[in-house]
Amino acid sequence: MRTTRILFCAGALGVLLLSSEGLEAQAPDRSQPPELGPPPTLSLPSIERYELSNGLQVMYMPKRNVPLVQINIIVKVGQADDPDSQPGLASMTATMLDEGAGELNALELSEAIDFLGASIRVGSGEHTTSIALHTPLSMLDEALPLLADVVLRPQFAVEEVDRQRRQRLTQMVQAHDEPRAIAQVIYDRTLFGDAHPYGIPFLGTAQSLTEMSVDDLREFHRTFFVPNNSVVVVVGDVSRDEITERLESVFGDWSPGSVPTSTHTQPQQIQSREVILVDKPGAAQSEIRIGRIGVHRKTEDYYALTVMNTILGGSFASRINQNLREDKGYTYGARSYFDFNLLPGAFTAYAAVQTAVTDSALVEFFKELDAILEDVTEGEMTRARNFVALRFPSRFQAVSAIAGQLGQLYIHELPEGYFNEYVQQILAVTKEDVMRVAREYIDPQRVAVIVVGDREQIEAGVQALDLGPVHVLSVEDVLGPPPEVPGS
Amino acid sequence: MRRCLAVLAAVALLPAAAPAQETQIEVPYTRFVLPNGLNVILHEDHTTPTVSVNMWYDVGSGREKPGRTGFAHLFEHILFEGSENVPEGKFDEWLESAGGNNNGSTNSDRTNYWEDIPSNALELALFLESDRMGHLLGSLSPETVDGQRNVVKNERRQSYENRPYGMAFLTLDSSMYAPDHPYSWPTIGSMEDLSAASHEDVVEFFNTYYTPANASLSIAGAIDTEETRRLVEHWFSDVEGRGKPAPITAPTPYLAYEKRMVLEDRVQLPRIYMCWLTAPLHTPGDAEMDIVSGVLTDGKTSRLYRRLVYDLQIAQDVFSFQGSSAMSSQFCIISTARAGHSLDEIETVIQEELDRLKAEPPSKREVQRIQNGYEASFLDRLERIGGFGGKADALNAYYTRTGNPDYFNEDLSRYMSLGPTDIQSAIQTFLRDDGRVVLSIVPQGKPELAAGRPSTE
Repeated sequence: MRTTRILFCAGALGVLLLSSEGLEAQAPDRSQPPELGPPPTLSLPSIERYELSNGLQVMYMPKRNVPLVQINIIVKVGQADDPDSQPGLASMTATMLDEGAGELNALELSEAIDFLGASIRVGSGEHTTSIALHTPLSMLDEALPLLADVVLRPQFAVEEVDRQRRQRLTQMVQAHDEPRAIAQVIYDRTLFGDAHPYGIPFLGTAQSLTEMSVDDLREFHRTFFVPNNSVVVVVGDVSRDEITERLESVFGDWSPGSVPTSTHTQPQQIQSREVILVDKPGAAQSEIRIGRIGVHRKTEDYYALTVMNTILGGSFASRINQNLREDKGYTYGARSYFDFNLLPGAFTAYAAVQTAVTDSALVEFFKELDAILEDVTEGEMTRARNFVALRFPSRFQAVSAIAGQLGQLYIHELPEGYFNEYVQQILAVTKEDVMRVAREYIDPQRVAVIVVGDREQIEAGVQALDLGPVHVLSVEDVLGPPPEVPGS
Repeated sequence: MRRCLAVLAAVALLPAAAPAQETQIEVPYTRFVLPNGLNVILHEDHTTPTVSVNMWYDVGSGREKPGRTGFAHLFEHILFEGSENVPEGKFDEWLESAGGNNNGSTNSDRTNYWEDIPSNALELALFLESDRMGHLLGSLSPETVDGQRNVVKNERRQSYENRPYGMAFLTLDSSMYAPDHPYSWPTIGSMEDLSAASHEDVVEFFNTYYTPANASLSIAGAIDTEETRRLVEHWFSDVEGRGKPAPITAPTPYLAYEKRMVLEDRVQLPRIYMCWLTAPLHTPGDAEMDIVSGVLTDGKTSRLYRRLVYDLQIAQDVFSFQGSSAMSSQFCIISTARAGHSLDEIETVIQEELDRLKAEPPSKREVQRIQNGYEASFLDRLERIGGFGGKADALNAYYTRTGNPDYFNEDLSRYMSLGPTDIQSAIQTFLRDDGRVVLSIVPQGKPELAAGRPSTE
């Protein structure tokens, strides 16, 4: 039996009971909040970037205080690379990676990973697929070859593909029950259209899912899963030499290939204001989404937009939440966000509000969208800048979170000094910057307004607001009929 | 004291013969008690220049009176609305201006609050926590209560009423416990009771339960222990001691027969919930049931996942959990039928697998697979200082339930010391066929899809 002993040492071992001494009698001054000293700065180890012998890029950062290792493989392929006729192919390929790989079938692989106390999680997005190994250091040598099998040698066994197909078709059936899922599908489609990858549900359609073959999946994997289209992010209690040797042994034979260049089209901006009301009879709340197309991640306005959105709807004390939750009590929480992606994603304000106040809630949302174009206070500026900048160090506690941060550098090709500059860049945002980006990106006259709720209770009130044309849809208009699941 | 962080005998990268190993964890702390009765726990971790201030009050929805369900949680909301020296809205505004984040939560046993802040803002968090502990009532108006009443009603709508299958646990709580048992009503409360809560209720609840002696303050992160002790003593010195409520007691609940119920909901697919009463938190049988849950539904090779979802493909999913609480726990198995398959088919398989485990213990490897997962999860718990489940929260949880803040090792060894026959005997003891609740949630208008025949209860 080997023993890992972890000790967070506070200068003395174990329990330290201090004696009572110097208790002060003076009552604290509560007339104002205490003055704070200067905020601390975080010094991170530098990120080491290098290549393995086959050209596979590595990003490495040590984190030595807990014996854990996180290894994320990020492959630059996602929903945006789906062929037009096969929506859902990238996502299904990702799902199949750990359904049997190398010599192990799906059950054996799952058991082998679980038995190590490790996990391998596969995720797929619009532009990336990630395979994340999280393991105790003591199990690294057993876990790493399993990770390599999942990335390089998925089996795509026909019975496993069929099993996942049925799983996903059933998810499409269940989406009919979920007001939030319904709102998301119609919102994305309204903003981006059904010819743009951001406008199509990531599962694809019942038809594309039914038609997808094992050969399609194999071919997609063979084309995109190559080392010159990927990066390995390593964070944890392991030295660069130790990990490099191990990565060479499991990924060194991975051969490069030619990857088709993505031709992503820019989404077309919303040009007028329309309301889509999806009827969900008996709903206790209405799901509201209001938004338009925002901007891509590499915009120079990123920092100003982050501060502006924090004031508008990015935190608890933001205007939208204070108004709709704290002042009016219409909702458990209301927020707004920018989805900064490789292509411009959405700017969205959203909440789930009590059915009876659906129209009033829309009025308050628009009040706030209008008001942010008028002015912000210096107090709001300080709060928003500090809230974003000073919390930044807390993102670097856990190996999985740190690896996630490093992954963003790779995906968005952010500058080398990004982490060191982040805090200063946010603190340098001025009121003028915030007003400029608010007026450039927030246009309350040109937004899509989605409401998923009980039509009978809410339609008259929503119509009376005169926000624009109101289109009423059924859940089936949005999602189609619940698909048939083969074998049932 | 300066940063000092050691890993003793760290495991070298050597091929492992078998994953059987024992992780020894130590989270050193300093504990002291203020004259007003407040317990304080300090732990240094200088990984990032961040501090978590965590407060536990030993009161949850179990303390509520009839006609006032949901009050403990409503009170938690009110505690963010300002105190005598913190005007309404400033609690969040000041914390955010310092780069801080905060939250709170309520369950049947306790209420917890935390502020995660840059290390320079420690004193702000202490000011805010001490002000609402010592100087709350002078600032409270009926309007404050009304405002949060509406927010909480919307929380109930969002988390339960407007969510598919969302009414399941509200129904299960009341069917598993006698009406006078503190766990028979849900923490979120009923709409009627939330409407009835008054300003007088707030005053009484505060005076009885929000006393320093009924609370524990835990601070973890980039702190200096001596200096932090001085600051805690300073900010909490004017908080009056107001005594400690008598411990809560309740008769041991018992389900003497099988109850069957059916609920109709706006859902496409029927779902079955099978629930039992089990051993309270940290008592013999509690860790066993966590491992039972893993053997049944954790991973593709778990007993129920493999048969229901993988082999037979009659279910879309299957989950189970041991929901541990101080006076009694609940163990539930939950599974959703695939289109064209019935809850009866699913229940039959669940019953077969339970019978099999009652007759024959799980394999050593099955149990070890789950134990290894627990062992690794204890390492994960050392990485985060703040938020729910971070180290500050864990130190308070362990102190409140066991008297020992650094109960990490003891907790882990509850799991690591068990063998297959312990798991078998826990299943025999707790998962009785003649003492459980079986709830079916079915699409509207289709009560015939319920599992078995609902009893008249």
